[in-house]
Amino acid sequence: MTERSGADILMDTLVEQGVEVVFGYPGGAVLPIYDALFKDNRIRHILVRHEAGAAHAAEGYARSTGKPGVVLVTSGPGATNAVTGIADAFMDSIPMVVLTGQVATAMIGTDAFQEADTIGITRHCTKHNYLVKDPADLAATINEAFKIATTGRPGPVVIDIPKDVQVASAPATQSEPRSRFNPPTTGAPEAIVEAVAMLAAAKAPVLYTGGGVINSGPEASELLRELQDLCGAPLTSTLMGLGAFPAQNKAWLGMLGMHGTYEANMAMNRSDLVVAIGARFDDRVTGRIEDFAPNAKKIHIDIDRSSINKTVQVDLPIIGDCTLVLRQMIDEWKSTGASAQNLAEWYARIDGWRARNSLAYPQSEEEIMPQLAIERLFELTRQYDPIITTEVGQHQMWAAQHFHFFSPNKWLTSGGLGTMGYGLPAAIGAQLGNPDALVIDVAGEASIQMNIQELGTASQYRLPVKIFILNNEYMGMVRQWQELTYESRYSNSYSDSLPDFVKLAEAYGWKGIVIDNLDDLDAGITAMIEHDGPVIVDCRVAKLANCLPMFRSGASHTDMILYGDEAPAAITVTAEQKASV
Amino acid sequence: MHIQHREQERHVLAITVDNESGILAKIAGLFTARGYNIDSLTVADISENHNVSRITIVTHGPPAVIDQIHAQLERLVPVHKVSDLTELGPHVERELALVKVAGKGDNRVEALRLADVYRAKVVDSTTESFIFEITGAPEKIDSFVALMRELGLVEVGRTGIVGMMRGVNGA
Repeated sequence: MTERSGADILMDTLVEQGVEVVFGYPGGAVLPIYDALFKDNRIRHILVRHEAGAAHAAEGYARSTGKPGVVLVTSGPGATNAVTGIADAFMDSIPMVVLTGQVATAMIGTDAFQEADTIGITRHCTKHNYLVKDPADLAATINEAFKIATTGRPGPVVIDIPKDVQVASAPATQSEPRSRFNPPTTGAPEAIVEAVAMLAAAKAPVLYTGGGVINSGPEASELLRELQDLCGAPLTSTLMGLGAFPAQNKAWLGMLGMHGTYEANMAMNRSDLVVAIGARFDDRVTGRIEDFAPNAKKIHIDIDRSSINKTVQVDLPIIGDCTLVLRQMIDEWKSTGASAQNLAEWYARIDGWRARNSLAYPQSEEEIMPQLAIERLFELTRQYDPIITTEVGQHQMWAAQHFHFFSPNKWLTSGGLGTMGYGLPAAIGAQLGNPDALVIDVAGEASIQMNIQELGTASQYRLPVKIFILNNEYMGMVRQWQELTYESRYSNSYSDSLPDFVKLAEAYGWKGIVIDNLDDLDAGITAMIEHDGPVIVDCRVAKLANCLPMFRSGASHTDMILYGDEAPAAITVTAEQKASV
Repeated sequence: MHIQHREQERHVLAITVDNESGILAKIAGLFTARGYNIDSLTVADISENHNVSRITIVTHGPPAVIDQIHAQLERLVPVHKVSDLTELGPHVERELALVKVAGKGDNRVEALRLADVYRAKVVDSTTESFIFEITGAPEKIDSFVALMRELGLVEVGRTGIVGMMRGVNGA
């Protein structure tokens, strides 16, 4: 009987799973796998500069293509460096399979060189993880790992493979495939009937959609539009859900939550029915739980039963995949000939909140307001249907507010974990998955430095990603919280000793552009788009601009600070507010 | 500001799982990571081919947290089934304890007499000590141990609870 090494079984199984790209970094405990890669041209390996970059690149690839991202790193520091990206994928439900090398089986537990308890460390930031001790189990394990990563609520799966298991051989016939992971798919029929009846009866409904709609595949976004069209309800999305619903639609309320629009939060608060679709009532969305949509009945559609009633008690849970549940609801709506209530009065109230123009910001003749920079970036790139990634902080929220999305898989951001350093590697992953797309990392000058080493990766693979830095010389969101909560004591939030981003770009073979006055803004953005290759734009913006509107952490979602309100420093801050994250 | 505490309920959960390495750490770690309580935890394999284990966890928390514990446990890939015995209705809870008592004279006689009342068995004896084996509901063991404390208790080992639904059906 023919036998193959563990490393060869791994390669064959990845190919069978349809894997085209692997993001990785070699090291002692994965040398046998790298040797197998060397001989094999079926899989493209992207050499990153740091394992965190590999994990975030895999996330960007996954989020922009819908396919699982695959990561290959060595034991010990290789695995621990990847942990942030794994935790990020876990929080944002990104399908990912992470292959980690491990010291040889006999060395495990001896504090061997580059040994870390990868299984122990990743236990609570993975959907599942495995230590494979026999190459005969590899194929079945990898196949199950892909199934777990991609079905149900997606997430990261780690497979830890000791070096001797990569070398040892096993018969070509493999152990039985396992089929123990079978998440629910369709919603309970009686719940669908009830949900449609509730939706048809509502006088002030809101559809509140999240990343689950994106994860469920592009069809879910189509069906969401169809359901919205049938019921007429206004719609808001979480940070992770942007793009599922087109921003130009008159039912679009904008993003909700801490930095969402006033109309989205007010509509949620005053609604009589909230239909949560693939969203999880995150604290950044709800604000103070007691004040969250107090008079609304709540329907919660989610594939993960543990999301139901986790923070907000709901009236009708529907456990199932967004695509299938939305189709069930549309079918039920049509077959019962349901018709929506007259929502004219509801929309009139919403127009009243819209009139507050909550995304307004101070205009300046001298400085570039960061919001304006995003608006111009949006207008000038719109025709290219770009993929936008972000880092974490003010620039991320400004991009969410002032960039507008019309289709899913175009907006890649670290929502749950809030990982600075996500955007550049994610843009690299997205560019690999979408070679012809315009991919832009909207960054801050602080965040971009967290995975700045990945500039080299983009150079090596000729990836024309663009980095658009809103440079205000502060960790802006930290500074803003310090201004609002700590009487402007800016403890360690100034970005001192910044590099010259243009020289840095050039050092890596990128193009560097500085935009430091209003007149150069459009020309700089256009030069960025037109350059056939990677570009860093260092856009110098107003240093002390605040990201508004916002409600404070732990405050009611209606208690929003808007531009033009009294000076925020005058607002008293309680110990409870200081304690909220 | 002060930290607020909430109403607590005690629940007994019976969990069947794939008997694979790391599963106990996964479950115990889920409780610590999410701030849930474990009052007792027992585990042993229950299938002929040693593939499946049954874990019994006694926990306490507010009702909403108990529901989350249930849902979070079900989310783990190696978990087959989670049954909340407290929620499901009448069930039996049993625990086994070994209780070592040392002493002479009247205390020794009294210990033996009480052991008989509690239907505890003597499983080891010297002229100055006994080890009693007692099974029963946790309260019965509590009260036996309390009595032995006055008569020369040396040490106690308890298994933690296993539980099962009353009646003809499985949980």
